[in-house]
Amino acid sequence: MLRRFGSAYLRELIRPLVQMTAFVLASGAILSTVMVILALLLRGSAADEALLARNGTDLLTFTLSNLPQVLIDSVTLGFVYAAIALGYSMVYGVLEFINFAHSEIFATGAFIGVEFLIILEGAGRLDGVGNLLAYTWLVVAIVLGMVGAGLLATGVERIAYRPLRGAPRLVPLISAIGVSFFLQDAIRMIESLTTGQFHRIIPTFGNFDQRILLGNIPLSTGAIEIGIQVKSVIVIVGAMLMLIGLNILVNATKVGKAIRAVAQDRPTASLMGINVNRIISLTFLVGGALGGAAGVLYALKFTRIDPFVGFFPGLKAFTAAVLGGIGNLTGALLGGVVLGMLENFAGAYLSAFTMGAAGAEYKDILAFAILILVLIFRPSGLLGEQVGQKA
Amino acid sequence: MKRTLIALSVLVALSMLLTACGGGAAGGVIKVATQSPLSGGQSAIGVDIKNGAELALEQLKGPLEEMGFTVQLAPYDDQANPDNGVANAKQIVADPAVLCVVGHYNSGVQIPSSEEYHAAGLANVSPANTNPRVTTRGYLEVNRIVGRDDVQGVVAADFAASKGVKSVYVLHDKTAYGQGIAEFFRIEAEAKGMQVLGFEGTEEKANFDALLTPLLAANPDAVFFGGIYDQIAVFIKQAREKGYMGIFVSDDGFDSPEAVNIAGEAIVAGGGTYYSTVAGPAILYPGTAKFQEDFAAKYGAGPKPFAAQGYDAMAICLKAIEDAATAAGNKLPERGAVATAVRALKDFPGITGTINFNAIGDLTTAKYFVIQVASADPAKWNDNPVAETLDIAPPE
Repeated sequence: MLRRFGSAYLRELIRPLVQMTAFVLASGAILSTVMVILALLLRGSAADEALLARNGTDLLTFTLSNLPQVLIDSVTLGFVYAAIALGYSMVYGVLEFINFAHSEIFATGAFIGVEFLIILEGAGRLDGVGNLLAYTWLVVAIVLGMVGAGLLATGVERIAYRPLRGAPRLVPLISAIGVSFFLQDAIRMIESLTTGQFHRIIPTFGNFDQRILLGNIPLSTGAIEIGIQVKSVIVIVGAMLMLIGLNILVNATKVGKAIRAVAQDRPTASLMGINVNRIISLTFLVGGALGGAAGVLYALKFTRIDPFVGFFPGLKAFTAAVLGGIGNLTGALLGGVVLGMLENFAGAYLSAFTMGAAGAEYKDILAFAILILVLIFRPSGLLGEQVGQKA
Repeated sequence: MKRTLIALSVLVALSMLLTACGGGAAGGVIKVATQSPLSGGQSAIGVDIKNGAELALEQLKGPLEEMGFTVQLAPYDDQANPDNGVANAKQIVADPAVLCVVGHYNSGVQIPSSEEYHAAGLANVSPANTNPRVTTRGYLEVNRIVGRDDVQGVVAADFAASKGVKSVYVLHDKTAYGQGIAEFFRIEAEAKGMQVLGFEGTEEKANFDALLTPLLAANPDAVFFGGIYDQIAVFIKQAREKGYMGIFVSDDGFDSPEAVNIAGEAIVAGGGTYYSTVAGPAILYPGTAKFQEDFAAKYGAGPKPFAAQGYDAMAICLKAIEDAATAAGNKLPERGAVATAVRALKDFPGITGTINFNAIGDLTTAKYFVIQVASADPAKWNDNPVAETLDIAPPE
C-alpha cells in the first residue's frame, strides 16, 4: 500500500515537471521560429530599412539578439498567469462555475504579504538581513498571504455562492462579480484608513532585485545583456512548486480522490459518504491559497500593488485557463505560458515590425487576436479533449 | 417595537441635522472648493494642495469675515479621475455658496471639469495644471498660476541637449497631460538634432518588460517619460534592473518624494534622473519661509511640491471675492463678478511670486526649473539641486 502510494506520489511529482518543460520549450520554439521566419520574409523591406537607419541593426539581427531575453521574460510572466489560472481552473473543475472574485482574492493575498513585510520593515527587522533570513521572511509572507486568501475564498463561497448552488448558472456568476467589486472597495477602504494612499510598495530587502547575468550579445549599438532577476527565478520556482503540490493533492491523495469524485458527480459522491460541502469548501481554500501565493509573488516581481491590481492579471489568467482548456490544471499552465509568450513577443517586436506605427501598447490586442483564432479552431481550449475528466 | 422606535428617532435626528446644514447657506456663507486627488496613488501631492489651500483660508479669511461673511473650505476628492472630477464639479456648481474653485492636479481632469465651471461662470484658479488647453480655450473663469507644457517640454528637451544627449526614447502615460508634454518634448528634441528612437504611450503600471525590450535594443542616451510619478518610478526601477544606464528625464508630474520611495537606488544610478517642473520645492521661492513653518506646524511635515501653489491659488480666490464684494457694496458677490475680479488682479503678492494674468489666464511670466534627483532618501527630496531656473513668458 505504502509503495503504491509512494509511486503515485513520485509520478505526480515528475509528470508536471516534464509537462512544464515540454510546454515551455515547445511554445518558445514555435514562437521563435515564427518570428525568425517573419524577419527573413521582411528582409530588405521598408521595416528592415527603417530599423537599420534607427538602431543600426537589421530586422533579423534585432529579432535574434533579443530572443533569449524575451523568452526569459515571457516564461516569468507566463508562470505568473499560470499561478493565478490554477485557482480559476480548480474551482471550475469542481463546480463548473467561474469565480470572478478570484482576482480580488489574489489581490488580498498580495496585500497581506506586503503589509506583513512593511510591518517588519517598520520594526527594523529587514535592515541588512542575510539571505537566509530574507528568504525566511519572504516564505512567511507568502504563507500568510496564502492563509488569508484561502480563508477569504472559503468565506466568500460560504456567504455568496453556497446559498445559490441550486440556482441557474448565471446567478452565482453575477454574485461573483458583485463580490469582486465589494472586495476591491473593501481593500481600498482598509488600506486608505491610515494615509489616504491605497497603493503599497513592497520593501526592498534580500538579494531579490539582483540580476544574474547569463551573457551578452555584442551589437554595433552596444551589447544586449541577457540576464534574469533573482525574483523572477523565485516566481518561476514558486509557481512550479504550486503546480506540483496541487497535482499531488488532486491526483495522489485521498482528499484529491474525493475532490475528483465531487467534480464528476456530486449526488453520487455524496451517496458514497463524501461530505460534498466540505470538499467544495476545501476546493475554495486551496484555490484561494494558490491565488494568495501568486499575489505575493506578483508583488515581489512588480513592486507596486493597489486594490485594482488583480483585475488585469485576473482577466488574463482567466483567459489563460480558457485557452488551455478550463477545468484542466495542466491546461491552465499551458495557457499561462502561451499567453505570457504571445504578450511579450508582441510587445517586444511589434514596434520594429511595424516601423514604430504600433508599439508595445498594442501587445494585448495582438495577443488576444491570436487567442480568438485559437479558440475558433479549438473551442474547448488547447488541451480541451481532456476536459471530461476535470480537475 | 423598541428597535423600530430607535431607528425612527435616529432618522428624525439625522434629517434635522441635514436641514440644519442646508439652512445656513443663506446667511452670508462663502465657500471655496478645492479639487485634487485626496485618495489613491497621487494623493501624496493632492492632499498637500488641499492643505496649502486650507492654510491660506485660515490665515487670509480675515477681511471677508470683517464684512460679515462666514468663509468655509469645501474639499473634494477627484481621485485623479476625469469622471470623478466632472461629477464633483456638477455638485460644486450646484452649491450657490461656492464662489471660487482651487483645482486640480491633473490636466486631464481639469479640462473636462472646468467646462462645468465655465458653464456656471464659476472662477477656477489652477495650482498645478500645465496642459496648454487649460487656458487656450479662452475661458474667462479659468486661470493658472504655473507654467505651460509647451514651454516645459521645450525646457526639458533643451536641457537634455545641453547634457550632450544625442538619441532619446520618448514615453508617455496616454493622458492629456503626459502625452501633451511628450509631444512638445519630441518636437523640440528633433529640432535640436536629437534622434528620437521611439515614441510610445502606455497605461501599464506594473510590468514594463515588453516595453523595455525595444528600448534596450535601441539603447538611447536618454529616456523621456511624460506622466506621473507613481507610474514613472516603477518604470525607472525596472529599466535599471534590466541594465539601462542612461539618463531619465521627466516632468513636473514626477515631482514627489514618493518617486524615490518606489524606485530606490535605481533613481540615482547610471546617468541619473532629472525632471523639469513648473513648481519647485517651496524652498526655491523667497516668499515662502513663513508658509513652510506654518505648514509644518499644522500638518506635521513640510509642504510637498504644489502646496505653496495651493496656498496662492486660495489667496487669489479670497482676494478676488473680497474685491467683488467691495464692488457690490459689501454684499455677497455674483459668481461672474468674482471671475472678472480674478483676471483683473494686478501685481498680486503671492508667496510664489508676483502674479499677473494675461488675457487668457496664464501668468505673464512663469518660472520653470530643472531639478536633479540627488538622493535615494525620500526625506531629502526637497534638497535636490536645481540644475536650471528660467523665467519664460507663455507663447502667443
